[in-house]
Amino acid sequence: MATKSLARQQMLGRLFIYSALLLLALYYLMPLWVMVTTSLKPLDEIYSGSFIGLPQAITFEAWSKAWSGACIGTECTGLRPYFVNSIMMVVPAVLLSTGLGALNGYVLTKWRFKGANLVFGMMLFGCFLPYQAVILPMAQVLGRLGLSGSIPGLVLVHTVYGICFTSLFFRNYFITIPDELTKAAQIDGAGFFRIFLSIMLPAALPIIVVSCIWQFTQVWNDFLFGVSFTSGSDTPITVALNNIVNVTTGRKQYNVDMASAMIAAIPTLLVYVVAGRYFVRGLTAGAVKG
Amino acid sequence: MTDISQSAAVPGTAPQRPAATLSARLARWLPRLVMAPSFLVVLIGVYLFIAWTLWISLSSSAMLPRYDFVGLEQYVRLWNTPRWHTAVINLFLFTGLFLGVTIALGLLMAILLDQNIRAEGVLRTVYLYPMALSFIVTGTAWKWVLNPELGVEKVVQSWGWDTFAFDWITRPETAIYCVVIAAVWQSTGFAMAIFLAGLRGIDSSIIKAAQIEGASLPRIYASIIVPLLRPAFLSVIVLLSYISIKSFDLVLALTNAGPGGSTEMPSTFMFAYTFQRNQMGVGAASAIMMLMTVAAIIIPYLYSELREDTHGH
Repeated sequence: MATKSLARQQMLGRLFIYSALLLLALYYLMPLWVMVTTSLKPLDEIYSGSFIGLPQAITFEAWSKAWSGACIGTECTGLRPYFVNSIMMVVPAVLLSTGLGALNGYVLTKWRFKGANLVFGMMLFGCFLPYQAVILPMAQVLGRLGLSGSIPGLVLVHTVYGICFTSLFFRNYFITIPDELTKAAQIDGAGFFRIFLSIMLPAALPIIVVSCIWQFTQVWNDFLFGVSFTSGSDTPITVALNNIVNVTTGRKQYNVDMASAMIAAIPTLLVYVVAGRYFVRGLTAGAVKG
Repeated sequence: MTDISQSAAVPGTAPQRPAATLSARLARWLPRLVMAPSFLVVLIGVYLFIAWTLWISLSSSAMLPRYDFVGLEQYVRLWNTPRWHTAVINLFLFTGLFLGVTIALGLLMAILLDQNIRAEGVLRTVYLYPMALSFIVTGTAWKWVLNPELGVEKVVQSWGWDTFAFDWITRPETAIYCVVIAAVWQSTGFAMAIFLAGLRGIDSSIIKAAQIEGASLPRIYASIIVPLLRPAFLSVIVLLSYISIKSFDLVLALTNAGPGGSTEMPSTFMFAYTFQRNQMGVGAASAIMMLMTVAAIIIPYLYSELREDTHGH
């Protein structure tokens, strides 16, 4: 009798846990659901008050408009050119910051020099810099370098502040590789770069993935630098999306807004779905001891 | 981290033979040379630029930077601006609510997920995906969800609850809570991930022993497990505070600091005064205030993390 009621109590407990988890999952999925369904509805259906339901007739009109017809300011080019801008910005910024971060992590762990701790600490603080404290001088410097308002300018900015994170990732990873390995290679006559290329890098594959994913997400999702340093047709996609959504003339095209938001979100969502494990590692790296 | 005394044993700083050739000397300096460009850009991009902003905040800069010195005039003007007061009050209100709700919900989710749940991987993916989104996307989505004419309010009314009202986003007194809702939605997964990692690090025999002693599961969590999660709490609190101080995109996309400037935050204030209102000096002063707030939270945190690390080795 006692065991029976205990089992029942346990079952009720499980039931409670699963329903709570399910409810939470619904809450987290709701905005995505609404975004996707709204983007597939014709505008009239949206205004007749269908918010949460499935579209009666699926149409990709809003998507094609968001991609190639929506107006941003006076230009009605859709998001396509801005998507291209973001790619042109993200790819070099990710490669540069990851490459430099790997070298820095290598030096900081295997070729320690006097003051290495201080250098590392100073870089670490850069991870937590509120960028508002540097955008004014950065705007001045970009102007003097002739990079103001351009994608290469944004690449430079994202590389500079990205180095802080990537150096942290690689430093924390390389510190787990035993020094004996590099010392033995040195006795065998391998030099600085040789050890880096043939011992460190092959061992660093997981952290390279973490670093690339982290930087990709950060740079793609950035808004502050984009809106501060670029304008017009040179802005990255987040800025263009915000401009589309904030158009105040005419009847608000919610379906185009949602399709635009989805287009801006798809690259990072895709990365997250494909490589979620690495994504989480980058996310929690700031919480792991530096 | 190893201290300097040990670093003599590291390859790069090994004792050199007396007649070091040029190439040997180069080899010795190579690591430092490789790191120099990165360090230099960080030195400029972080520290020099902070000093530069500080200088602008002490000058009479308005539309263009002017390099004179007017003392704390801009700070006086900043603290006499009602909009800045709104921003500071909002920051405290927002940070308090955002941290409280995110931590409570994240901890709850982590504890529930830690009960040998089937499909844990799928659920974790669902809870965490908002972290992959840009705040602009989050703001756009929630602006649509929260809009009273066609969003949640309308849906609940159509279910038969005619008097249901959820028009927070259009009212100055409540709009800031909408920013909290969206920010919580975006960040809970992150708190959950850190708490879950903390829970997984706890020795399960502690729980078993307490259970044998006859303690109920909620009691075990309240008096044994949660106190053990202290480091995770510290990390979550620090990192979420940092997110909330710099939150800019979300406010801009969701409410554009409105209605009527009611959701102004230090970050949006800084942007508006610097780039739109031609009051660069005030903007720089607000940026320095933000920096000081972040530094007051982050530096002790980094210091303690690094120190623990040293002891661990």
